Amino acid sequence: MKPAPFVHHAPRTVDEATAVLADVGHDGKVLAGGQSLIPLLNMRLASPGHLVDVNGVCGLSDIRVDGSGVRVGALVRHAELERDPRAYAALPLLRQALAHVAHPVIRNRGTTVGSIAHADAAGEMPAVLALTGGLVEAAAANGDREVAVADFFLGALETSLRPEELVVAVRFPLFPPGTGTAFAERARRHGDYALAGVAAAVTIVDGVVARARLSFVSVTDVPGTLDVTEEFAGLEPEAAHWRDCSDRVRAHVAPETDLHATAEYRAMLATELAWRTLAEAASNALTVAA
Amino acid sequence: MSEPMVEQLLDVTVTVNGRPRHARVPARRLLSDFLRHDVGLTGTHVGCEHGVCGACTVLVDGAPMRSCLMFAVTAQAYAVTTVEGLGSMDGLGPVQQAFLECHGLQCGFCTPGFLTTVTAFLCDNPDPTEGQAREAISGNLCRCTGYQNIVRSVLRAAELRAEAT
Ligand SMILES: Cc1cc2nc3c(=O)[nH]c(=O)nc-3n(C[C@H](O)[C@H](O)[C@H](O)COP(=O)(O)OP(=O)(O)OC[C@H]3O[C@@H](n4cnc5c(N)ncnc54)[C@H](O)[C@@H]3O)c2cc1C
Ligand code: FES
Ligand code: FES
Repeated sequence: MKPAPFVHHAPRTVDEATAVLADVGHDGKVLAGGQSLIPLLNMRLASPGHLVDVNGVCGLSDIRVDGSGVRVGALVRHAELERDPRAYAALPLLRQALAHVAHPVIRNRGTTVGSIAHADAAGEMPAVLALTGGLVEAAAANGDREVAVADFFLGALETSLRPEELVVAVRFPLFPPGTGTAFAERARRHGDYALAGVAAAVTIVDGVVARARLSFVSVTDVPGTLDVTEEFAGLEPEAAHWRDCSDRVRAHVAPETDLHATAEYRAMLATELAWRTLAEAASNALTVAA
Repeated sequence: MSEPMVEQLLDVTVTVNGRPRHARVPARRLLSDFLRHDVGLTGTHVGCEHGVCGACTVLVDGAPMRSCLMFAVTAQAYAVTTVEGLGSMDGLGPVQQAFLECHGLQCGFCTPGFLTTVTAFLCDNPDPTEGQAREAISGNLCRCTGYQNIVRSVLRAAELRAEAT
């Protein structure tokens, strides 16, 4: 099918873009990579009157890595972030997760910021933003603001972003020293949306677990984190029974049954992947420390 | 509803296979339809129009992308290569030649998307393993071949490219 008619806007600056967004209000949509929005337009699940195509806006294509974290501009494609050596060195979780976002061809066009603005709980990068405790930088004609991830995701495909706001970048803060991360998911076919996925971060201090946290893909309504530090604090990673988090994971996830898998199967997958990624993250933490 | 009463028409010029191609089109014209209907290059096929089948894949500044998930007006910023740009009237490109030799196609509907995807893949990875070849085509659907001969074609194309250099 084809999209319904719309008016196309091609701003060249952030100010121009936010001016148009303020002008068209609820009838406008930002177009970034289009890898989520254009399918919705083609299927006429969305028919905004105005598309604000930000692909020509200057200053949104940078990946900045410094001592505090990785800042990803709104026009950075998934593939660019995945390949970036400095981003990988600072935050390996980015590449660990990006390798699971769709197929390479979709990653060539889709933006990481777009997938966060889209707020699909089946998306990998919202879960990564949650686990890092990231920030969303939003610009608007009447003022800019920064939104902490905990205040950003409200529900399925729902965020606290206002129609007149443009996300200019997201920031993924670094984990504390001694942290290892891991990401795993299962899909019907590599590159498809996950039946269930898990990101884990384990911090080892003086040879014992100081912190252990998880976030989930496709099995919760809203991307959020589960802190399982209590279960493992003070244990040497080799001595930890990572499966001991299973009850907490079961209680945390709320998967749904669909064409591809039952809720029960997804919960089982999430539980299994959770302890495996914790073990892998702990082992990566030891490698980082070594 | 919110739809504008008068359809917005735009003068769009996209560089396709090295030549600027112009048409006056609605803002909502997908790149896939621009190529097929406005430019007349019907090699790019359209299967699903939501990014899943891969038949419409073209090269955008050399990188494979779905032409059904880009508007023609946005594509003006890039150089687009379609399946027609992979060979010439005098001869087939190495990937096309390999698909011919290895029976990498039956009905041919999916083939343009495979050819463009594989062409870009071999630029990044000129000597892939069978596993990497499978992974490279995992975003493209084929309803005929069962994929075995497509995987063989990818590996054969790598050989042909190596011989040519
Ligand atoms: C076949 C297929 C498979 C896929 N599989 C996966 C997968 O496994 N995992 C996954 O995570 N994703 C998957 N995706 C989606 C892909 O990752 C998208 O690229 C991503 O979700 C959206 O990024 P985009 O730049 O394409 O955004 P768009 O499609 O352009 O926009 C998506 C939404 O976000 C809004 N938006 C985008 N950028 C901004 C901004 N800067 N400010 C404010 N609002 C903004 C838009 O208005 C729109 O509502 C898949 C897509 C396809 C077609
Ligand atoms: S027609 Fe574009 S991916 Fe199927
Ligand atoms: S050859 Fe017929 S769909 Fe692939």
